[in-house]
Amino acid sequence: MISAASRSRWISFGVLTGLALGVGALLRASGFAVGPALDALARGSLGSWYAIGSGTLVRATPLILTGLAVAVAFRAGVFNIGAEGQFLVGATGGTAIALTMHSAPAVLLIPAILIAGACAGAAWAWIAAVLRARFHVLEVISTIMLNFLAAYLVSYLVRGPMQEPTHIYPQTVSIANAARLPRFGGQTRLHIGFVIAVLACLATWWAIRYTAGGFRLRAVGANPHAARTAGQIDVDRVSTRAFLASGALAGLAGAIEVCGVTYALYENISPGYGYTAIAVALLARLNAAAVIATGILFGALEAGAAAMQRDAGVPSVVVSVVEAGIILALVAAQRTQIRLGATSA
Amino acid sequence: MSAAAAAFVEATVRTATPLALAALGEVVVERAGVMNISLEGVILGGAFGALVGASHGGLFAGYAAALGCGVLLALVFGLFAIAFRADQIITGTAVTLLAVGLTGTLYRALYGTTGAALSIPTSGPRAVPWLSSVPVVGSGFFNQPSVTYTAYVAIPIVWWWMYRTHAGLALRAIGEAPAAAAAAGVRVDRVRWMAITFGGVMGGLAGATLVLAQAGTFAEGMSAGRGFIAIAIVVVGRWHPIGIALAALMFGAASALQFLLQALGLALPYQLFLALPYVLTLAALAGVAGRVQAPAWLARTDDA
Repeated sequence: MISAASRSRWISFGVLTGLALGVGALLRASGFAVGPALDALARGSLGSWYAIGSGTLVRATPLILTGLAVAVAFRAGVFNIGAEGQFLVGATGGTAIALTMHSAPAVLLIPAILIAGACAGAAWAWIAAVLRARFHVLEVISTIMLNFLAAYLVSYLVRGPMQEPTHIYPQTVSIANAARLPRFGGQTRLHIGFVIAVLACLATWWAIRYTAGGFRLRAVGANPHAARTAGQIDVDRVSTRAFLASGALAGLAGAIEVCGVTYALYENISPGYGYTAIAVALLARLNAAAVIATGILFGALEAGAAAMQRDAGVPSVVVSVVEAGIILALVAAQRTQIRLGATSA
Repeated sequence: MSAAAAAFVEATVRTATPLALAALGEVVVERAGVMNISLEGVILGGAFGALVGASHGGLFAGYAAALGCGVLLALVFGLFAIAFRADQIITGTAVTLLAVGLTGTLYRALYGTTGAALSIPTSGPRAVPWLSSVPVVGSGFFNQPSVTYTAYVAIPIVWWWMYRTHAGLALRAIGEAPAAAAAAGVRVDRVRWMAITFGGVMGGLAGATLVLAQAGTFAEGMSAGRGFIAIAIVVVGRWHPIGIALAALMFGAASALQFLLQALGLALPYQLFLALPYVLTLAALAGVAGRVQAPAWLARTDDA
């Protein structure tokens, strides 16, 4: 007879081993050379200071913020699968401010962009939050629908009202220099958005652990029924606020991506950050401070995968398989403490 | 005008077919108290399987491979959701992610990164004698690929099975009160495994429909949210096969509006039409709020 804990440890060990073998077999079967692929993966993520700073940490920034967004929502029992859409809308809102206020000084402009991005993300999440609180629409479905809508919204804007004046490329014009986030030195592409992301994690960790609002959030997530009856907590209000905060963080990630990395809005600005974010949050066990570490881990994975695609021709979408495997290993091991909040109707 | 109306009906049924098939599988799964969010991935896997099967062994192999891939992905979901009692929402999301990664990698490996147009055999429309000559609706409903007729047959069968057989009663009991069902001698996990397998078959068939009866090719992520829309259709159809058929048709009709509107030559951005199904899903879910009752034990992991 083995204990439940060691059983789940064996399950996750088995899943991870299977995952490693499976991905190797997948690459072999697909006709890719596994050795050079892994070599490119390692070089592209951790092989040099340049790879770490300009690859891994730049990639980690949106993953930390969207991972934090997912962690906050999941802690409150809100299944926000919509970080992807909130990220896109946040990037759109940030870009809109950057382009309209382009002559403002950086000290005004950058905060305005970041706030606009966070507000846009929160507004997008608000739709799903209202549908959940008022109409008992399962947020898993509504946020995924909103992800598709956000993608079409960006597609429409960068091919319509917000397209660059020559109307050749489906993207906006580049944002002004004053709207761009400062970088660490001349060589690296690492921008202060990374610092913002880390600070956001620490602040959220503190707020969840030490404030009354954080306590309510944890109580609602742990057991909404008990929170309502024993704690006299307004469950709907707490989960709606968590939903909005989650959307704001994902929107902030989008705005930071625009003024730190891309300097313009275009379709596919997110290679699925909002979905990877779920793996980031779960691997951190929904702990806001641990999201920093798991975000960097997945940032390394994605930066390495980009190098793998470039140098070894292995499609970077293979990372989705790895992420899925990690999520499955984790849920099997943890039987995550989160529960389904409002079921649909 | 009647030609436009006939085209509208045809587009309605065409859009509704994969949704109805997938939703019909999902309702059986959900009536067993399991929410399989990975339906999206199952459809995508089925679509890819259809491509591989059909390009190597013809139409029949395409359908067979689609069902195989659908069931395989559904069983991965089942392994975690049933055997390990992991959270169903997260497991389902992960399996969908898995399907996206697997199909994307294998597609590029097998068919190149360009995604060159592949010519695979497709099942064309087959007119049902007499019925297809009914004015306006006849050709829309009865001049379709055979897989559409499979849906017509499957709907009443699932209804009959669910409401008129002992096994169907056991299934519904599991979704409402698994402990009570177990006490009454129902093997809860075994029924759930079978339900999930059926869901995989139907999801795989829905994916095959997209490739073999409609697009004639595969594109990465071509399921385009249909799995999630099908789950919404289950809600709007009130977890009842007939309701689901009607909801799928309503959904198909609303999506087919885009062809009608485009035919009218309105100068609206095309993204608006593409976005229509997703807006509809949200509106429909909000619209049925408070008037539908989900299986009491849906998506709960704390039963046995």
